Amino acid sequence: MTNELPQVFWLFSIGAILLLITGFYCLIMTYNLVRALIGLEILTKSVTLFIILAGYVTGRMALAQALAITLIIIEVVVIAVAVGIVLCVYKNIKSIDGRLLRNIKG
Amino acid sequence: MTINIILGVSLVLAAAWTVMTARLLRSVIGLALTSMILTIIMFKLNSPLAAVFELSVCAGLISAIFISCISLTQRLTDEQAATKQKERFSKFWLLPVILVLAGVALYQVHIPLDFHLQAAPSESDVRNIIWNLRHLDLIGQIAILLAGAFGVVALFKD
Repeated sequence: MTNELPQVFWLFSIGAILLLITGFYCLIMTYNLVRALIGLEILTKSVTLFIILAGYVTGRMALAQALAITLIIIEVVVIAVAVGIVLCVYKNIKSIDGRLLRNIKG
Repeated sequence: MTINIILGVSLVLAAAWTVMTARLLRSVIGLALTSMILTIIMFKLNSPLAAVFELSVCAGLISAIFISCISLTQRLTDEQAATKQKERFSKFWLLPVILVLAGVALYQVHIPLDFHLQAAPSESDVRNIIWNLRHLDLIGQIAILLAGAFGVVALFKD
């Protein structure tokens, strides 16, 4: 297993980097608020994978799992509150397009 | 090693499909699929507890939250969806190109990695870490959960 370790680490690191690129691309290119949250989710998945990989290669799986669980809980709370904000925005301007938020006053 | 390559490629493909598809519901399904593949990867990397959390919370709860949000907003008509799909293609055609180029470039790079597995005895159990070694994290998590609950209540207050 030890011989395979660097290959496994590098392979999944590439996957995590590509997820990071996908998430950033989504956040930059979209104006749809729900889709922006989906981009944020993809970024978080990339970070989770990095944390688990770090734990795997250092042998500190328990610590990595504890951190990943903490991250997942924070992720859920952020998404729940953000979806609430998106729904409030939709209730007020009947759209989830981020460009229309520039007209909001008060 | 082959299964790892298949898992890595399918993870990136699922994420790319999530971002590129026009309908939000399909995006959410793609996100759940990405979570499921990430769960399998976590199981393979000896993290069963985090994998179970990822599967139940990210693939389950977060998808349910997104689907509720989408069901409360107006649905696109077929014509609007077709127009959106064309717009998305013009915006996102670069993403697969970037992903393929970055993937091939990173795969060619050979970084000398030399890891030694060493597990500290006190860190062998996740429960020990969470309940005995990281009290402050736990308090922070409780505070964040309460903040989220109050935030949602405040947002949906009439």
